[in-house]
Amino acid sequence: MNAFIAIVRRDLLLAARRKSEVFTALFFFMIVVSLFPLGIGPETAMLRRIAPGVLWVAALLAAMLSLNRLFAADHQDGTLEQMSLSPTPLALLVSGKVLAHWLTSGLPLVLLAPVLGLQFDLSPRALGVLMVSLLLGTPVLSLVGAIGAALTLGVRGGGVLLSLLVLPLYIPALIFGAGAVEADVAGLGAGGHLSLLGALLALGVFFAPWAATAALRIALE
Amino acid sequence: MLRAHGLACDRGDRRLFSAVDFSLAPGEWLQVEGANGAGKTSLLRMLAGLAPSADGHIEWDGQPVSNVRDEFHARLLYLGHAPAIKEDLSALENLQTAAAVAGRPLDEATALAALRRIGLKGREDLPARVLSQGQKRRVALARLLCSQARLWILDEPFVALDVAAVSQLCSILDEHLSRGGLLVFTSHQAVQLGGIGNTLRLGPDPDASRPRPTIAEVQA
Amino acid sequence: MSQRLVNWFKFASPASFYPLAGKMWPWFAAIGTVLAAAGLWISFFVAPTDFQQGEGYRIIFIHVPASWMSMFIYCVMAFWAAIGITFNTRLSGMMSSALAPTGALFAFLSLWTGALWGKPMWGAWWVWDARLTSELILFFLYIGYIALTAAIDDPRRADKAGAIISLVGVVNVPIIYFSVKWWNTLHQGASVSLTKAPSMAATMLWGMLIMALAFWMYSIAIALYRVRAIILERERHTTWVAELPEMQR
Repeated sequence: MNAFIAIVRRDLLLAARRKSEVFTALFFFMIVVSLFPLGIGPETAMLRRIAPGVLWVAALLAAMLSLNRLFAADHQDGTLEQMSLSPTPLALLVSGKVLAHWLTSGLPLVLLAPVLGLQFDLSPRALGVLMVSLLLGTPVLSLVGAIGAALTLGVRGGGVLLSLLVLPLYIPALIFGAGAVEADVAGLGAGGHLSLLGALLALGVFFAPWAATAALRIALE
Repeated sequence: MLRAHGLACDRGDRRLFSAVDFSLAPGEWLQVEGANGAGKTSLLRMLAGLAPSADGHIEWDGQPVSNVRDEFHARLLYLGHAPAIKEDLSALENLQTAAAVAGRPLDEATALAALRRIGLKGREDLPARVLSQGQKRRVALARLLCSQARLWILDEPFVALDVAAVSQLCSILDEHLSRGGLLVFTSHQAVQLGGIGNTLRLGPDPDASRPRPTIAEVQA
Repeated sequence: MSQRLVNWFKFASPASFYPLAGKMWPWFAAIGTVLAAAGLWISFFVAPTDFQQGEGYRIIFIHVPASWMSMFIYCVMAFWAAIGITFNTRLSGMMSSALAPTGALFAFLSLWTGALWGKPMWGAWWVWDARLTSELILFFLYIGYIALTAAIDDPRRADKAGAIISLVGVVNVPIIYFSVKWWNTLHQGASVSLTKAPSMAATMLWGMLIMALAFWMYSIAIALYRVRAIILERERHTTWVAELPEMQR
């Protein structure tokens, strides 16, 4: 467990030393979201309708930006080898890395989303549901993304390949996440969507680190 | 006690080496030699359990390594080709996080003492980015000073080191051997170490396109 | 029991599977051809014209079996992946990579025929029907598998990476299917389902089943044929390949 905390702390420290990477993803999120009203038109009723989908798709793309760096640096400088030789199970260390990735790339999106939601004239209630849905959904993106990042480690054209592998797997999170906000706006109650999103998260926490570890072992051989 | 039986390595369709046998008792060292691409790093990664052997097996204290993996890794210190140094962390942070991730947290005083002994006095808090190649190697080698591991596997430990650092590293390795430690390393230069030394030469394969046994000599 | 296990593992070695596959694939190809001829005859001449959809509905004799096969083949790939990971057999990875193009082909065929059927039925080439959408995502999963294994040079590594992504995919396929289905009902209510044609005559069902069997036999034949090619490519340096009669020329 100490090694788990050590790896989370190290990755957070590294992110703090390289703040620009965190901010780049955030600005990307902001810009993509702002492009939609420009492309579609500023009609409020329309914006309110597309807001959940737009915010979720943009969050999904922004979370993916930093994915190919998740293991790449550790792989290159030999840290990954040291991690796999640690007496602590590699899956636990991988979970630590995923947690740190979510804290630096997912959590900021959750915090920024309501501000961007205001641009789309969402009600305070809908903004709250949006935040909760992102809070449950963005960890799923990090977890599933870690599998893709581990599989494409050191592979030609890894970045594009990563999105090809990971985006189809993101679809359930997108549907339930955006669906939660839409259901709330339509007055149907978001509870069902949110609990399904929670179920996805539970499933991801159990299986994703294991699959990512198996993929990392292949890359290490 | 480390024993290897009939190890072999395939790279793509080629067999880099095969039938590598040796055994290493406490206080003994093994220098792996060979031309570029002979498979020195592959052999070391195999011994560390990072890569599977195409053939043969490795024993630790009389048990196949695959059966006692955790115990083996708890006794092993491996320094690979890449020194596992984070450019954005200071020398001290690098040393401490590496130890914590390896499950043996270091207090600051021990870490500082190790860095000073390896010749990084005054540079403990500089980010590794501004250190020279040799100084980065020293940060990695400082881990040897804090290590309780019995088996050290070092890939090119002497590379990028100046004369003073080389002799210092030799004395660190000597201490390890005199404590009854085991040492496997690769190097292109001849090294004078105490204890019983062996040299393993990984030979080039004359007909590289066919899998075919190569001669691995073990000299006492 | 142990005797049987030994026998199975004997065929897990590429050297002994290669001649076996060579003996088997022509049989499957022949059965597939006969079944396809029978199935097409039923679907074109025996099955009655649908009173609602006219002659255009006959495309479901291709569409539905193709969708079934595309899903089934993905499960078979995942099965081989699981075998490969558990027993570390070389042949399993080769089987997976031999099956992937056929699966992708059926997924594509299902999408294409779905679009052709949709135009007269709904007046649009594409509708976001739950089944069609899931099929599209399945097609993406196939493409992801093929792209990943093609991008990795070392075949053993490619096999293992492919095994992991196909297992991750097979866990996700039901999740994706149900989420898309739910999304679909939420957004446009009940839509016309491709398989629940209003009056499914017995001959129509028979036609579809026979076509599905024909596709199945075709898949086995082509996968065996492809796996032979993969075995030859990967084992070209071994002595047993050099001693094959077809290599003596």
